[in-house]
Amino acid sequence: MNLNELSILSLYSAMAVYALAFIAFAIDLAKRSSAVGAAEIAAPATADAASVGTKAAGGTATLNRISARIANDAATPYGRSASLRVGVSLTVLAWAVHLVAAVLRGIAAERVPWANMYEFAMTGTLLIVTVYLIVLTRTDLRFLGTFVTGLVLILLGIGALQYYVEVAPLPPALQSVWLVIHVFVASLGTGFFALGFALSFVQLLQARREERAGTAKPSRLKFLQTLPSAFTLENLAYRVNIIGFILWTFTLMAGSVWAERAWGRYWGWDTKEVWTFIIWVIYAGYIHARATRGWRGSRSAWLAIIGFAAVMFNFGIVNVFFKGLHAYSGL
Amino acid sequence: MSRPSDHIDSAPAPARDGITQPKLGFVGTLRWFWRQLTSMRTALFLLLLLAIAAVPGSLVPQRSSDPNGVTQYFADNPDLAPVLDKIQAFDVYSSAWFSSIYLLLFISLIGCVIPRTKHHLQALRAQPPKTPARLGRLAGFTTRTAPAGTDAASAVAAARTVLKQGRYRVALFDSPKEISVSAERGYLRETGNLVFHSALVGLLVVVGFGSGFGFSGQRVLVEGQTFVNTLLAYDSFNPGRFFNDTGLDPYTLTLDDFEVSYETQNLEAFGQPVDFTAGVTVTPRGGDAKPGAVRVNDPLRTGGTSIYLLGNGYAPTITVRDPEGTVVFTDSVPFLPQDANLTSLGIVKVPDGLADQVGLVGFFYPTQDETTTGSYFSSFPDLEYPVLTLNVYSGDLGLNDGVPTSVYALDTDHMEPLATRTSDVKPLELKPGETQELPNGLGSVTFENATPDAAAGDTSGSVLRFASFDIHHDPTQGWVLLFASLVLGGLLTSLFVPRRRLWVKAVEQPDGSVRLEYAGLARGEDPGLESAVSALADRHTALLERTAPAAAPTGPAPVGNPTDPA
Repeated sequence: MNLNELSILSLYSAMAVYALAFIAFAIDLAKRSSAVGAAEIAAPATADAASVGTKAAGGTATLNRISARIANDAATPYGRSASLRVGVSLTVLAWAVHLVAAVLRGIAAERVPWANMYEFAMTGTLLIVTVYLIVLTRTDLRFLGTFVTGLVLILLGIGALQYYVEVAPLPPALQSVWLVIHVFVASLGTGFFALGFALSFVQLLQARREERAGTAKPSRLKFLQTLPSAFTLENLAYRVNIIGFILWTFTLMAGSVWAERAWGRYWGWDTKEVWTFIIWVIYAGYIHARATRGWRGSRSAWLAIIGFAAVMFNFGIVNVFFKGLHAYSGL
Repeated sequence: MSRPSDHIDSAPAPARDGITQPKLGFVGTLRWFWRQLTSMRTALFLLLLLAIAAVPGSLVPQRSSDPNGVTQYFADNPDLAPVLDKIQAFDVYSSAWFSSIYLLLFISLIGCVIPRTKHHLQALRAQPPKTPARLGRLAGFTTRTAPAGTDAASAVAAARTVLKQGRYRVALFDSPKEISVSAERGYLRETGNLVFHSALVGLLVVVGFGSGFGFSGQRVLVEGQTFVNTLLAYDSFNPGRFFNDTGLDPYTLTLDDFEVSYETQNLEAFGQPVDFTAGVTVTPRGGDAKPGAVRVNDPLRTGGTSIYLLGNGYAPTITVRDPEGTVVFTDSVPFLPQDANLTSLGIVKVPDGLADQVGLVGFFYPTQDETTTGSYFSSFPDLEYPVLTLNVYSGDLGLNDGVPTSVYALDTDHMEPLATRTSDVKPLELKPGETQELPNGLGSVTFENATPDAAAGDTSGSVLRFASFDIHHDPTQGWVLLFASLVLGGLLTSLFVPRRRLWVKAVEQPDGSVRLEYAGLARGEDPGLESAVSALADRHTALLERTAPAAAPTGPAPVGNPTDPA
């Protein structure tokens, strides 16, 4: 068995563990819902009272850590269930195996493991999980486990089944230090955007629940009551997205420097350049929307979601179906 | 007014219900229009519009990046293409509608940046604002009791020291009942924001006007050939609007050899090129010749120009003789690669010297192989078994009309096929060094061997290669890089430097003790504000304890905040 075969074996093992982690995270969400249901039966008024309390506390809380604020911020506080802990542990395990897969692929190919679609999928998802795990040490976003493991599973599945290519040397066009920098930073930015997308998405659900709380038609997604308020989710999403935006700005610039060295011009409206620019403008719009009266909240969240959809489109559709100068060595 | 009125940090507009406004008048309307254009809402709208307007350029081929694609699109969609062309769909990024969006956006941006810059310059010289009367309403409000024996004035003086060490700009405020210090930091945040936006304007100006001063040109060189950097020596030349050709530095560039290596170990990638290197010699005018190399991703910078390696292929040397043996044509003809294994197509036109005008359509196979149906193909891009086949046509080459024709194409409509796959005489087939008779006694054709002295069977150097070079000159690239760096730097500071105000107030209590109040105000996104307030309170009280009279019996007792569970 050669190194590449070992890498493939590791990748499939990682996918299996991610699938188990996904299940554990899903069970946790279900448990949250049932816990909220039980709490409502026991004391019908608690949930509403708690949510009112949160709103009042929102402006004056003097907590040092965001994580503490999150725990405090939920309408129905909920600890860490056993399945949640299992989910996080399995994610860490899967991440380690995933890392081994990427490193082995790199050693087998004698270069960085991000030079074709299969390797982008492998390394890009590894970075999504890396960003998620690093953020977890600072802020409790464990409730996003289903999203992160689910997204990574889908992307890895498509990458491994649809775009697998054998190890091949780099064509001269990709032999550049900028492949290492430009593609890596773009993937890292994608990791932050993915997390920002998930937070904005939950923010929208949460905002709808908060609107409906106390009305005749309360939200049926009960687990939302155990998650931070829409206000907190929005602030978290913003912080994650601006890091993504800075990395994306750097991606654009590093790409321009590489384009100048490779093609003789720093900007030429190649299809991939066009979409990278579109994504940059959407996120610039998102940041401005956050500073525009009447656009903060759900409207800006939609922009973050559209932005991430464009990132996925840029990766999955533009790379494969659009004609352009960006070459992906046999996809 | 430093910010647009609909900025989240601006005071909300007063409710206008039931107020009948007077007519605006001309100047008033202009002012209203300007305020609309520079509002956040309009900027946001234009940004999103810009993103949407950029999309069509990725769906339809663009003349700037893919001119052949546009030609093909016209051929494939003869009805749709002219309509799309009317709305400038093939020139999206220079179209009137795309340009108007970004120009409006930049006008809006400039209209926003200028008043903010003025305001910021004033703020940079101004004192921090007066301490609010009631700190209890502000973020991170914390109270402590000063150690006994500390009076209000010295407590505030100590706070001032702590804040100054933290790079805050400070101002003391004294009133009969209470004394306070007001502090502000993070002016760099606004500076960064303004630098970011101004650098974007700079980038637009440099990219828009600056690129007009440069040029790009292309030139094909066969191994051994030399090019002089003058206007006439280029195969094609695209000057910018303001380019003056007296600015060309007439250096010479010789292609000495062209090295290619192919993958032969990894069967999955067998025959894939691993490296292209054009070994060149550059001689500046009046200077000494210097060897150099041009590689993919590694251009050669010389004489104010950058030389890029664009493409490569084989250039078989073909000699045509008349029946008496006089040479009527001899040249190394660049053949255009048709596939990854470098099956190549080339044209030879012999207008004079033979009984008829003769055109040759040549196929070159660096490693010739044969399919089961008998047609030839190349199975490897290197010279393992090189074979040249030539289709021969005679008649009118179309060169006499004075209309420029491509050297890479032959119009055979008005020519008689003498030797083709469908004619009686089959195409001529030659290996390096071989000569064949042309049909109808027209003469002969020779496929010259570039290394006639090589060992028998060694064909690795038998055919010359050509390289096509792209030569660029863009005097504004340095400026683009400068503004791009400013954009990134401005962005980083504007997003990560927190701008905040902090206040420390000392209030003398009726019992003689001194109550210390701390609070902060975020100006923009500032997740660390509350911890900054409590850190200030900790450092301040620690300093007071160290300097307080030794008799101090009580430590600082955090009165605390009722919502703080920690």
